Amino acid sequence: MDLLSELAILLLAAFVGFQVISKVPNTLHTPLMSGTNAIHGIVLLGGLVAIAHAQGPLEKVILVIAITFGTINVVGGFLVTDRMLSMFKKKPDPPKEEVEEAKPPAEAEPPADAEPSAESKPPQEPA
Amino acid sequence: MSAPLATSFIQDPDFINACYIVAFSLFITGLSMLTSPTTAVRGNKLAAVGMLIAVVATLLNSELNGSEFLLIAIGLVIGTAVGVPSAVRVKMTAMPQMVALFNGVGGGAVALIAWAEFRQAGGELGEDLAIGIPLCFAAIVGSISFWGSNIAFAKLQGLLSGSPIKVPAGLFVNIALLAIAVGAGVAILLGSTSEGLFILLLVAAAVLGNLAVLPIGGADMPVVISTLNAFTGLSAAAAGIALDNTALIVAGMLVGASGTILTDQMAKAMNRSIGSVLLGGFGGEAPAAGGGEGGSEIGGTVRSTSAADVAILLAYARQVIVVPGYGMAVAQAQHAVKELAKELEKRNIEVKYAIHPVAGRMPGHMNVLLAEADVPYDQLKEMDDINPEFGRTDVSIVIGANDVTNPDARLKTESPIYGMPILNVDESKQVIVIKRSMASGFAGIENPLFFDEKTQMLFGDAKSSVAEITSELGGL
Repeated sequence: MDLLSELAILLLAAFVGFQVISKVPNTLHTPLMSGTNAIHGIVLLGGLVAIAHAQGPLEKVILVIAITFGTINVVGGFLVTDRMLSMFKKKPDPPKEEVEEAKPPAEAEPPADAEPSAESKPPQEPA
Repeated sequence: MSAPLATSFIQDPDFINACYIVAFSLFITGLSMLTSPTTAVRGNKLAAVGMLIAVVATLLNSELNGSEFLLIAIGLVIGTAVGVPSAVRVKMTAMPQMVALFNGVGGGAVALIAWAEFRQAGGELGEDLAIGIPLCFAAIVGSISFWGSNIAFAKLQGLLSGSPIKVPAGLFVNIALLAIAVGAGVAILLGSTSEGLFILLLVAAAVLGNLAVLPIGGADMPVVISTLNAFTGLSAAAAGIALDNTALIVAGMLVGASGTILTDQMAKAMNRSIGSVLLGGFGGEAPAAGGGEGGSEIGGTVRSTSAADVAILLAYARQVIVVPGYGMAVAQAQHAVKELAKELEKRNIEVKYAIHPVAGRMPGHMNVLLAEADVPYDQLKEMDDINPEFGRTDVSIVIGANDVTNPDARLKTESPIYGMPILNVDESKQVIVIKRSMASGFAGIENPLFFDEKTQMLFGDAKSSVAEITSELGGL
């Protein structure tokens, strides 16, 4: 793709990013930071693409480390965000919508609720 | 992308790019859902699904051969083996530093990818500036983000002092380091193919990342982490341009932009400007920080008390407000606090919790902890709702909070935190402050509340102090 199309995409993505975050209640600042943090773990793809033409052991080692880092970023980021958010979620009656932010009665589910997001990885984890 | 014979349609670059479009649509939707409490959980899951799609699509790339798949698998497995347990086991109190760490490795990945790409191009980045410029940018910013996040982690984890660490002539050193990194980048773009120069670029940016975060006080860490988060996003977007990968461009820029807005909102909640945070040294010039014996600056004496006395005081109160801070988080005292509240409620004493937006080390930190201890959500009051209540409150118990209760922010124009919205704890009839020592808070300034004649200090670990009060109360 030529540079100008890429810059156009870049600019539009910037506007979307600015627009999406309008007013966030303080309570959600931390999970939101953590969630965006997980999304930039997309750099993992950079490692996957680059390793296809890596030559020599050093480059391969560098890229394996990069992939490892990217994976930690993605997997850890989404899981940690999910854990944080589940603290605010009420468990018993399912889809009760309390409208504003002073909402979910704090039924913290037993903290060991990390597995629900069975996301982010083909080779699934040991833990 | 040309292995025509073996290529089935799913290996077609167009198919992969179509998957990317699905992936970043999910990111955008997920991100917007993350801004509302009712949809946030689903938003995060959507984004995770988007990521899974993007990763799988990338692996369809027909250029990958078996041994490369093996290397990829090694990276994915190690990354998962490290990431999952740390995310699952980390205590809620240590969440902020965990986020810093995850952000850091992201930045580190960008810097490493840039390095590998430099080597693959044989160092000839000057050949194609449309690749060379974003690659140098990604390397510099990624390296800053990696090291800066590590320092933020070390500070929050207590490996480094949380108070500002002054670097002599810091600003000039930082500008010089940035100049070295950019200079090395320019030399490479002008045709130098020296790998040493590229490593110099990475190292200068690394030192800059360290030195830029060191002088920033721990209280400002959320803003720093959020800034570095936006940085990593930008560097990922730059890497995306260099690698011709739309998913990276869109997702990276999305984080770069939304991270910037988020940083701004966080800074506003603390009544700080991003500039003043990043230039560092909050409270650096303020009167002698930590550990000073009571009263040198403020004049007045500190009254210390015992758990038994506090229990008696509480037993005759009608309304009690608990003001939690970082000290509660560190001591893991939230369950003990909940027990105390239960004991008080048994005696028909009303208990409320005053939550300052930036109490703890991250916005929302206290909400998360108290929610974990099953404190009913409707007892957690935001600052604007609770402030008028203090005048009607018999006893306020400040548990490990400091700067967010400092009346100087309201009264003393020359105070470094003047203008920061605070909890008006000093308006209640009696104040109990549970604290380990007279050391100052992360802002590094004295708190006249501790010298107020209505205030009594209960020195000790938050958890055991609170538990002691509860048992004394039970015995009354």
